[in-house]
Amino acid sequence: MAIGLHDSSIKNPVIRWVDQRLPVFTMMQKEYGTFPTPRNFNYFWNFGALAMVTLMIMIATGIFLAMNYTPHTTYAFDSVERIMRDVNYGWLIRYVHMNGASMFFIVVYIHIWRGLYYGSYKAPRELLWILGVVIFLLMMATAFMGYVLPWGQMSFWGATVITNLFSAFPIVGEHIVTWLWGGFSVDNPTLNRFFSLHYLLPFVIAGVVFLHVAALHITGSNNPLGIDPKGPQDTLPFHPYYTAKDSVGLIVYFIVFASLVFFAPNYLGHPDNYIPANPLVTPAHIVPEWYFLPFYAILRAVPDKLGGVLLMFGSIAVLFILPWLDTSPVRSMRFRPIAKWTLFLWLIAFFVLMWAGGKPAEEPYVTISRIATAYYFAYFLVILPLLGRLERPLSLPESIALPVLRGGGPMPAGAVAKPMEKA
Amino acid sequence: MRDLKRGFRNLVGAMALGAAALGMATPAQAAGEAIAIPNANFSFAGFFGTYDRGSAQRGLQVYKEVCSACHAMHLLSYRNLLEIGLSEDQVRALAASFTVTDGPNDLGEMFERPARLSDRFRRPFPNELAARAANNGAYPVDLSVITKARADGANYVRALLTGYVEPPEGFVVAEGMNYNAYFPGHQIAMPAVLNPDQVEYADGTAATVDQMARDVATFLAWAAEPEAEQRKAMGVRIILFLIVLGGLTYAVKRKIWADVAH
Repeated sequence: MAIGLHDSSIKNPVIRWVDQRLPVFTMMQKEYGTFPTPRNFNYFWNFGALAMVTLMIMIATGIFLAMNYTPHTTYAFDSVERIMRDVNYGWLIRYVHMNGASMFFIVVYIHIWRGLYYGSYKAPRELLWILGVVIFLLMMATAFMGYVLPWGQMSFWGATVITNLFSAFPIVGEHIVTWLWGGFSVDNPTLNRFFSLHYLLPFVIAGVVFLHVAALHITGSNNPLGIDPKGPQDTLPFHPYYTAKDSVGLIVYFIVFASLVFFAPNYLGHPDNYIPANPLVTPAHIVPEWYFLPFYAILRAVPDKLGGVLLMFGSIAVLFILPWLDTSPVRSMRFRPIAKWTLFLWLIAFFVLMWAGGKPAEEPYVTISRIATAYYFAYFLVILPLLGRLERPLSLPESIALPVLRGGGPMPAGAVAKPMEKA
Repeated sequence: MRDLKRGFRNLVGAMALGAAALGMATPAQAAGEAIAIPNANFSFAGFFGTYDRGSAQRGLQVYKEVCSACHAMHLLSYRNLLEIGLSEDQVRALAASFTVTDGPNDLGEMFERPARLSDRFRRPFPNELAARAANNGAYPVDLSVITKARADGANYVRALLTGYVEPPEGFVVAEGMNYNAYFPGHQIAMPAVLNPDQVEYADGTAATVDQMARDVATFLAWAAEPEAEQRKAMGVRIILFLIVLGGLTYAVKRKIWADVAH
């Protein structure tokens, strides 16, 4: 790269002066303005943008909550209620944050499933996918620690159960748990460090999101057909086409989000978390937040504690190697007649696990969890590696723009997109 | 048009996934709650429901004359009572009827004074041990957020207070416990505290057990979620706004995409 002022194409003299020295405007124009994006996205491609917006909402509301929250076992519960009562619009900020966590997981689960269905994890997007799984893991850690902060019964007992999982590891297990707690039970040191980490991790997530987006802008987006764009006739500039389309999805998303916040703010929470934490009283059923239930079900599906813990971590770890487990060169499930149904079955298994995870650890839920867990792993470890060799995919269209979808609906040809004139 | 439909199908499909996720979450809370709680059709239920001020004020009277003998509501201040339609003079007079400890004063001594608007509700016991000692070992829970801390809170509170019935044949009630149709496990340390005409309502409402239970449940629901009316009113406005904005956004999107075959 040549040394010297950047050759900026921006007209406004002030912005141009900045852009010549620090070409952020050129970068934004390139990455979010003219960025060539496949023209055939469906609304599932909204969810990356929705996740980004949700992260910003969570950080913004979280900063204001932290200004009014007291991370001490004696005051935490009351300080949260004080936010609800005496801080101006504190109830709004807290309910947005609290339900924002659920909305974040809904959005990210759909985003991940979109990737699974359209093969977005396959070459050349393996690292992009892996960074996404890293974000997912960080989100889980952040959400878990955030749930501890109100210091209600489920906060306390959820923290106790989950941190105790590490005691399953031989020899070092107990030491790890003591180290995590900062003592010999979940107590004030635990609450303090969880608060600190809960504030830190979202910024780590933001950093990995940056890498995720940077990697996306190297490979370009996948699309519902799963084939590469062959030229300008297959793509559209990101702005205004996808800024407009993302905006539609965003408003619909906000309507769902607002319905939850304003009319059922505690629907997804557990009533027990409005009971102050009491180490001497164990709740009848300790359940994690809904978004952890599938993994909780996998944990409990195994009779052995260590085995359960390993399998639970394995259920996420398997996602890291997914790009190499799926041996089919065809990305989109639209052209994989068998794999498509095995994936829908996987989705059902995921929901079954979510349902079973909220039930007590007794029959028939344990057996159901075991069957669903077995399928969850079989899909990744057996079905995908084998199907890539056995399945005969449908023939792929020649390009995104050409109407060659045999058996599919006709696509009007021609009409090359011309960028909108900006007023 | 076909693509438009497909686009919407995708959107609807994506939303259905989200809705399914929400739906799956409920059994988590339902687990272990086998007793059906009757719906009392409270004024504050539903999208537009508001707290019946008369009922909440009567509920305050029930709390003050009955419940507060054992149950604290330490998250509430007397000033909060202005929100259920009492005048400032009424609340000041009510607060002044309680004595609180303040201090230390210039001499370093604690002193007693009548409560002010800014004071928290007076606690019946100085600490949990004192409360247990006075209640046969049981701890009368703080009622500040009780309707949020129980599934279907307000209906549960009303059901519980009216649920003191004869135990079914063969049901053994432990000593010092009472049978309650709606309490989990049916054995509750709290005795039936509401009897007909236990309080004398100033507005002439007949103080039946059910009436008092409804009124105090209304009061407690307000106490747990004092923001609910403002929240729902804001939610209606915001969602109407978002629907209009969504329509406009969609029109803009259609216009932008009009020249693209997709």
